[in-house]
Amino acid sequence: MKKSEKAAGSVANFVDERTGAAAWAKKNLTKVFPDHWSFMLGEVALYSFIILLLSGTFLTFWFNPSQNDVVYKGAYQPLSGISMSEAYASTLHISFDIRGGLLMRQIHHWAALIFVAAIIAHLLRVFFTGAFRKPRELNWIIGVGLLTFAIVEGFLGYSLPDDLLSGTGIRIAEAIIQAIPVVGTYIAFFVFGGPFPGAVFIPRIYIVHVLLLPGLFLALITVHLMLVWYQKHTQYPGPGRTNKNVVGYPLMPVYMAKAGGFFFVVFGITSLLGALASINPIWLYGPYTPGQISAGSQPDWYMGWLDGLVRMAPNIETHAFGHTISWNILAPGVIIPGILFTGMALYPFIESWLLNDKLEHHLLDRPRNNPNRTALGAMSLAFILVALINGGNDLIATHFKSSINDIMWFSRIGILVIPPITFVITKRICLALQRKDREIVLHGRESGRLVMMPHGEFVEVHTPLDKYDTYKLASHPQPKALEIPTHDESGVRVKRPLVNKLRNRLSRAATEQVAAPSGDELHELEHH
Amino acid sequence: MSENLESDKELSGKIPDPGIHPHVLRAADVDPKAEKRAEKKVAILFALSGLGTLLFIWGFVGFTNNNSVVFLPILGEVQTSQLILGCGLGIALLMIGLAAVQWARQLMPDNEVIAQRHEFRSSDEARADFVSTVKERAGSVQLGRRKLIKRSIGFSLGLIGIVPILSLRDLGPLPRKQLEETDWSKGIRLMTDPGKQPIKPEDLEVGSVVQVMPELSGDASLEQVAKDPVLLIRLRPADFNLNAERLSWTYNGIIAFSKICSHMGCAVALYEQQTHHLLCPCHQSTFDVTRAAKVIFGPAARPLPQLPITVDSDGFLVAASGFLEPVGPSFWERNSNKKI
Repeated sequence: MKKSEKAAGSVANFVDERTGAAAWAKKNLTKVFPDHWSFMLGEVALYSFIILLLSGTFLTFWFNPSQNDVVYKGAYQPLSGISMSEAYASTLHISFDIRGGLLMRQIHHWAALIFVAAIIAHLLRVFFTGAFRKPRELNWIIGVGLLTFAIVEGFLGYSLPDDLLSGTGIRIAEAIIQAIPVVGTYIAFFVFGGPFPGAVFIPRIYIVHVLLLPGLFLALITVHLMLVWYQKHTQYPGPGRTNKNVVGYPLMPVYMAKAGGFFFVVFGITSLLGALASINPIWLYGPYTPGQISAGSQPDWYMGWLDGLVRMAPNIETHAFGHTISWNILAPGVIIPGILFTGMALYPFIESWLLNDKLEHHLLDRPRNNPNRTALGAMSLAFILVALINGGNDLIATHFKSSINDIMWFSRIGILVIPPITFVITKRICLALQRKDREIVLHGRESGRLVMMPHGEFVEVHTPLDKYDTYKLASHPQPKALEIPTHDESGVRVKRPLVNKLRNRLSRAATEQVAAPSGDELHELEHH
Repeated sequence: MSENLESDKELSGKIPDPGIHPHVLRAADVDPKAEKRAEKKVAILFALSGLGTLLFIWGFVGFTNNNSVVFLPILGEVQTSQLILGCGLGIALLMIGLAAVQWARQLMPDNEVIAQRHEFRSSDEARADFVSTVKERAGSVQLGRRKLIKRSIGFSLGLIGIVPILSLRDLGPLPRKQLEETDWSKGIRLMTDPGKQPIKPEDLEVGSVVQVMPELSGDASLEQVAKDPVLLIRLRPADFNLNAERLSWTYNGIIAFSKICSHMGCAVALYEQQTHHLLCPCHQSTFDVTRAAKVIFGPAARPLPQLPITVDSDGFLVAASGFLEPVGPSFWERNSNKKI
């Protein structure tokens, strides 16, 4: 036995005699993971979270979450002698006096942008492939929760330096809290310790940002990963892949090397971004004061759609019985995001109800093979994109020399019109792609080779697919629409006939698709 | 659990599953030279990572001045120290990652493995056993028989819920009338901000705009800066389109509005001299100065509150009264139909 093997053996012996983990560890080290590039999106989110923990810890060693006034006397000359909060001054100190400080700040900010982007990309992958279906609904809900907390965490994070831009964001957040009927004013006064801005919000959001939310992330991510592990990963449909097996590579060594290596790749790219691409140069904004503002104020991208909704909201307030209700703030800032996120969290249950589908699903859908769901996802994306574009309407207006009023009107109309159009177009595209798949399975791929027939006609030779590709393109499920009767045999109306009718109608839309070629059809064609 | 949805079975003649693709050997599996090449490639990547770390060390020791910057095409100016440290760190990490991934892809076994899934639902027996155990154990507590305990538990747990809510009470004071008050009242001088100088009407040219604060005993706190700022704008009196009351709040073509946006409290900082429009940079609410800051575009629902102004005996501009409505964003208790 080699020396290293002996050492490993004695460590394993030590652990096993105290935990009995040998059988468990063996089982898990040989665990199989399916391979696909889109399964890396969630990994990117996980790795950026680790990068955020590491770089964030570095920043806490120097950041001073205090709103006490100090006169700046640091290395950055243009702000020398200016009165500012200790939070802002210590952020300048990190940026200009600590070696690697600015790099860490930039890595932290870039990692936060990537974190939210990766969560959303991962969520889209899970949605469009139907990975959220039973038994994974719980993990979907945890994911929606993680996205929500990530957006809040990011917002609190970029509010900490107490610069002019971040303070403006806090001011807007305060106005949204204040707009909540009945209790809003009280909540705002409790959160800010009195009238805006007060001297407590930086220390308070600091503890939420570095302790409360990261703790919540750790707990939720742990459960999220444990469920992935226990339920085993989903896999794309294909030859040899069934709902009862999982085909892929074992954790040790292939996945350890790939996933571990990928962490370093993500960290490396984030570092290069931090080195090369300047982000949030707070020294250019100056310290926060509520009486000033810079034109072109923009939140980070994951808040941009919310800001865009607020910008396009019609200016409606209710003034009655001595009270004011600001629909222009509540609708875009609270009600619409609330509906969006609740609908998103409940979607797995809505879909299973529509199809009366109680089965476990471990095989993913190709997006085209569920045209209705794909169209719904594209529609939601279109909604968010119009809102996001409107969130940058001032910058679009100045960069493209167009009228801000025109852009706003485009968004106001577009947010109502573009999503439904997107739905219809996406559904048509999916059905067309399905038709194309069917065509290829039944008639083969165009080879580009033209042959002249004896009677002078030209035809193109089609190459038939091999059995693997045929199976891949023709094996997807063909769910049927519900046909819940609204009347029983004797013609008496059953309970809740309207609900049944609606459910039938919706399930017809949800199951609309081009029939996959059957073996019989294929067989028939092969013989004529 | 069936392989697909139930309806699938009704399809005649499913296309048979041919099973997973046969394994294809890679170059490194069959050619010892290719294997050596792949090994070298991985080793070179690891070595490059070491060079990245050396670059980081050089940047850390050699560049202590964070003020020096270099200009990068497209990307703009970046700190020299940040550039070198970040590139060093980035290369060091990226190369480790690429080496590990290359190692896995080219040299580690790439045979696909098939593992079986198990159904999550427990057997009927286990489920029935679980239910009867829970029933038996819960029954042994005899909560239904012990009415007194049942009620007192409800009482104590319900009451203790008040503690976390009540203990947060001192997070802040009650709002009372604070959102309706500013430091403006009758006779308070308008002082330039910055500068803190009183202003005479003749100091303002037609078309000019000045930010003012009320005359305060000391420096303004941030809470005062969040509610007191006022924009002073001078127009030709003929440009006004105001009713008699609002016109009487102006002085010789000088009109004063709260600078705090009535939408979400941002500073309404952009004034367009030609059109007499005030624009809030946050959400683009646009106010027409000539018509008492009426909202002509954007999400704001109310005009900016107007401050009545006049001159005192020394000829300096003063407030003729405080604001007659609360400044800043709306809130539940705001009575928008009544003057303060």
